[in-house]
Amino acid sequence: MTLDLSLLPDGGMPWITASGAHADIVLSSRVRLARNVAGFAFSPRARDGERLLVLQQVREAASHVDLLSQAVLLRLDEMTANERRLLYERHLVSRELAELDAPTARSGSAVLVGEEAALMVNEEDHLRLQVFRSGFDIGGAWERAGRVDRELGATLPLAYHREFGFLTSCPTNVGTGLRASVLVHLPGLVLTQEIGKVLTGLQQMGLTYRGLYGEGSEVVGNFFQISNQTTLGRGEDELCDHLERVVSHVISREEEARRVLIRDAGYIIEDKLWRAYGTLRYARSLGVDEAMNLLSGVRLAVGLKLVAGLSVYTLNKLLVYSQLGHLSLAEGRPLTESEAGLARARHVRGVLAGEGSSA
Amino acid sequence: MLCDHCRERDAVVHLTQIVENAVTQLHLCEKCAAAKGIETTIAMPKHPLGDFLHAAQYPVSPAAGDQTRCAYCETTLRDFRASGRLGCAHCYTAFEGALRELLRRVQGGAKHAGREYTAPVVAGTERETALATLRSQLQQAVVAEEFETAAALRDQIRALE
Repeated sequence: MTLDLSLLPDGGMPWITASGAHADIVLSSRVRLARNVAGFAFSPRARDGERLLVLQQVREAASHVDLLSQAVLLRLDEMTANERRLLYERHLVSRELAELDAPTARSGSAVLVGEEAALMVNEEDHLRLQVFRSGFDIGGAWERAGRVDRELGATLPLAYHREFGFLTSCPTNVGTGLRASVLVHLPGLVLTQEIGKVLTGLQQMGLTYRGLYGEGSEVVGNFFQISNQTTLGRGEDELCDHLERVVSHVISREEEARRVLIRDAGYIIEDKLWRAYGTLRYARSLGVDEAMNLLSGVRLAVGLKLVAGLSVYTLNKLLVYSQLGHLSLAEGRPLTESEAGLARARHVRGVLAGEGSSA
Repeated sequence: MLCDHCRERDAVVHLTQIVENAVTQLHLCEKCAAAKGIETTIAMPKHPLGDFLHAAQYPVSPAAGDQTRCAYCETTLRDFRASGRLGCAHCYTAFEGALRELLRRVQGGAKHAGREYTAPVVAGTERETALATLRSQLQQAVVAEEFETAAALRDQIRALE
C-alpha cells in the first residue's frame, strides 16, 4: 500500500496544534490502555492466523465505537520500512510495532487512527488504545480513553482476571493497563541544574520518565515524558489525578526556574537562545540531536517572549518534520544520515525564514 | 581533575553557578559535594522490568520451578524469565503463585483496584451465529490451505462449544 498521510484526521497528531493549556511547556498529554482479546495467545506468541483474526475482530468491534467508527485503518504489514517510520515519528505506533529494522512488519500489525483516539493492533498486547491531547489535559485524555475502552469491551471479550485485572503480555502493565504520560519541555530546570532533584522526586512519587519517543529513547532537547510507573493496586482516576498533581508542581518549578534565569542571568540566556536561533536559521547541515537541542533553545526563547512571530505550533511541527522519515518523504527517496543532515537544515531554514522572527 | 575543595579525590560533580551575571564553575568530589549539601544522585530511570526479572531469578516458591508450563500456550516459567513476557491470559493462572509475589514487589500490590469488567457473553442465537461464521471461515481456510488460520479458528470454535 502507499501510505497517504493526508487521509489521517489532523495527520494523526491532534496534539500538535499547541492549543491546550501550558502548551509552551507541555507538548502533549496521553493516556494509553493495554488490552488483550480473550481466547487468543498474546500477540508475540500468537500464530500469524491468530493475529489476523484478532485484527478482524478488533475492526468489527471498533466500527461500533463512537470515537473509532470513522477511523482510518493502516496495515503496517503492507508498508515499507519508511512508511512505518513515518507513523512512529508521529507517535502513532511504538518502535516495537513499527519494527523499523525489519523488511516487513508481522502479519496483522496495524493501527486504527480516529480523530481523537487511535488503536494499535498486535503490538506486544492485542490492543494499545491511545488518546493524545494538546497541552496539559490528562483528564480529557482519560475521559475519552475510558469511553472507548467501555464501548470496545462491550462487544469484544477482553482478557480479565478478578484479582489481577486486565491481563497483559508484560506484568508491568497488568491491572488497569493504564499508562498516563505528559511530554514536557524543561530547559529552565536543566539550566538551573534543578532537574536532578525533580527527577529523583518523581521516582519517589511512583512516577518515571523517558525521552521524546518513550520507552528506550534518550532524553534530548530537554524533553521528558513523565508517566506512572505502576498499573496495579490503584484505580484509573487515582493514577491520573496523581500524575496531574505532580506534573502541575513540575510545571510551576519550571516557570520559577525560568524567572530565576531571566532575573539572574538575563543577557547570558538571551545570548545563548539567539545563538541557537541563528544556527537553525543559517546552518547548512544539522544532526537530529543537534536540531532537537537547538529547537529546545528556540522554544524556550518563544516561551520567554524573547522571540516574536514564531508559534509553538510551528516548533511542534519542526520536531516531527525534521525527523529522518519525514525528510525522506519530502525528498521523495530514502535518505542516508548525512543527506538527512543537509535536508534537515534546508527544511528548518525554510520554515524559520517564512515565519520571520524579530528581536 | 581534582576536587576544588579537598584537592585529594577526583571531581565528579561539576557545578555551574551564576552569581550577579558571572558564571563560576565548581568541581567537587562526591564527598565534598555531599558535605556542601549538593544533590549528587541523579538516579537513573529504573526499568521496571529489570527489577521484575531480577526478582524472577529468585522464585519465591521452589515448586514454581522452571519447568512449570502453561497448558494453553506452552510457555514455561523459564521462557517467561528469559523474555519477561507471558504467552497468554492462562499464564496468569499457571504461574499464579510466583506472579502474585513478584507483582507485589514490582507493582507494590497484587490486587486490581481499577475498573471491573465482565466480558460480553456470547449466548443462545448469538453464539450459534458466531459458531456458524467461524465454521464457514474454517472451511474457507482449509480450502485455501491457510493452516495457521484454520488452527486458530479451530481453537476458537472449541472455546465456544
